[in-house]
Amino acid sequence: MSEYIQHDQQGSSVGRVEKRTYTFARPPAAMRLECGATLGPVTLAYETCGRLNEDRTNAILILHALSGDAHVAGTYTDSDDKPGWWDFMVGPGKGIDTDRHFVICTNILGSCMGSTGPASIDPTTGKPYGLSFPVVTIADMVDAQKQLMDHLGVHRLHAVIGGSVGGMQALEWSVRYPDRVESAVLLATTTRHSALAIAFNEVARQAIMADPKWNGGDYHNGEKPDLGLAVARMIGHITYLSDESMRLKFGRRLQDKADFSFNFDADFQVESYLRHQGRKFVDRFDANAFLYITKAADYFDLERQYGDGSAVAAFSGARARFLVLSFTSDWLYPTYQSRTMVKAMKKNGLNVSFCEIEAQWGHDAFLLPSDRLSGIMKGFLDGDNDQ
Amino acid sequence: MTTISNGGNGIRYDLQLVASWIPQGARVLGLGCGDGALLHYLKTRKNAVCTGIDIDEGCVARCIQRGLTVLQGDINEEVRDYPDDAFDFVILAQTLQQIYDPAPLIREMLRISRQSVVSFPNFSHWRVRLMLALTGHAPVTPQLPYQWHDTPNIRVITLSDFRRYARQVGFRILKEVGIDTDRRDRSGRIVRFSPDLFATYGLFLIAKETS
Repeated sequence: MSEYIQHDQQGSSVGRVEKRTYTFARPPAAMRLECGATLGPVTLAYETCGRLNEDRTNAILILHALSGDAHVAGTYTDSDDKPGWWDFMVGPGKGIDTDRHFVICTNILGSCMGSTGPASIDPTTGKPYGLSFPVVTIADMVDAQKQLMDHLGVHRLHAVIGGSVGGMQALEWSVRYPDRVESAVLLATTTRHSALAIAFNEVARQAIMADPKWNGGDYHNGEKPDLGLAVARMIGHITYLSDESMRLKFGRRLQDKADFSFNFDADFQVESYLRHQGRKFVDRFDANAFLYITKAADYFDLERQYGDGSAVAAFSGARARFLVLSFTSDWLYPTYQSRTMVKAMKKNGLNVSFCEIEAQWGHDAFLLPSDRLSGIMKGFLDGDNDQ
Repeated sequence: MTTISNGGNGIRYDLQLVASWIPQGARVLGLGCGDGALLHYLKTRKNAVCTGIDIDEGCVARCIQRGLTVLQGDINEEVRDYPDDAFDFVILAQTLQQIYDPAPLIREMLRISRQSVVSFPNFSHWRVRLMLALTGHAPVTPQLPYQWHDTPNIRVITLSDFRRYARQVGFRILKEVGIDTDRRDRSGRIVRFSPDLFATYGLFLIAKETS
């Protein structure tokens, strides 16, 4: 996902938030991963807003996408002008209402935004894990989140909510721990990557691994593979937009010039935009973490894991109430993929609502302020919202 | 004659009548549910477990905002995913006249429900007959307010046509009511005398043929 961080014009902010960490699975009680390896200790960075009620029934877990973090809403200091990545959605009176709900957002296992990942120090060597970090899966991420929920005293979630790779985690939660999930909101997501989605991820990974500075994942003592990671991010950004949004946003307009330069500088605005996004990304994200998380997304296959290849069988154990939302211009996880999961849920007699939202901004639409999106979210979470 | 005024419940007269046929706690599927007025009524007044299907994004969004379970999609396709007898009632209110191929849809409705409700504007109302006979133009009435070239109502159905259709397709009509509503459909009355001529809408409760 990209960083569409904007101040919400209407609602109020959750205000000051604090990044916390929780460390568990200390050896010898290390966490067993899907690949068979063990990992420990494991740290998860997380933030919360709102208050857990006495019955502990109002907790909502928000799952972030590929490059996101735990900072879902609010600001760290009073002078901080960069609120969390879903600030328009999460706050008092907003779509996910922090006056009613206790909202938790945690950085995923394998990432580099405060949780344990390939850039973390391996306690056995005193050096960053690099490629010795085991390959983690969406199920592993969810298992780690479950540990955090136990630590926070949240045994049943009012909702798990996620978009894109976050939606995969929400799906995994609903099928892996059906008794702990009352409802699930799945935005712009899929039960399994298409060949197209895997292809884009593979090209992005190749860009990183082809950078000589990547050095087999061992780059923490020298220069980082910034060029490779920047190109990987550029590829990602193309998949998050759409033909229409790129036409409207850039067209064939030139960047700060009246005519072609007849060299390989960035002539077009779209080139300049992608280069800017690539450069910005390398300052905050770890190249190996990008490899691990995209691999986890590619491996994710709910049908294979829980249904022996059948989507209907995969949802047979689910109990949650579902809200599935897709966006018309999303070509990374097109609507037909949402319809596949909706069909399987219906065949299992599950309570499911589905809406394909008209949006020109491609896959990233779920990160952009929309009254429709917020209204639907609030109605689904809080029941009758008729005014 | 029974006259029900709109009162405080805010739903169309024909929907009030449909609602009166649905028992407490029933499992209901509303096809072409629009803004969810009937489903919302059934959920709040009858404690019904409701699901809706509509093709329009705005309608679906509004329904979910009201706390209803609603799916966006083509009703002809969406009904096929449900197991047999998944619902007590399936409701097709004032939508039959817009269905290209009604028989497969009605068969699916009866497969997934115990009973279904179908309602449609009556094309044999005296005003419709008179307009065609006297003016030679395709009828335009408060119930069928469109011109021939812009109407979504691609099927013209009379109460008597529907009775014959039941025999052809093979389903039972358990209950039939003709109604006459005011221009805004907020209040109305049940037409007992010659509904084929005087009812603006027909409401039918139907079920599978018993074998």
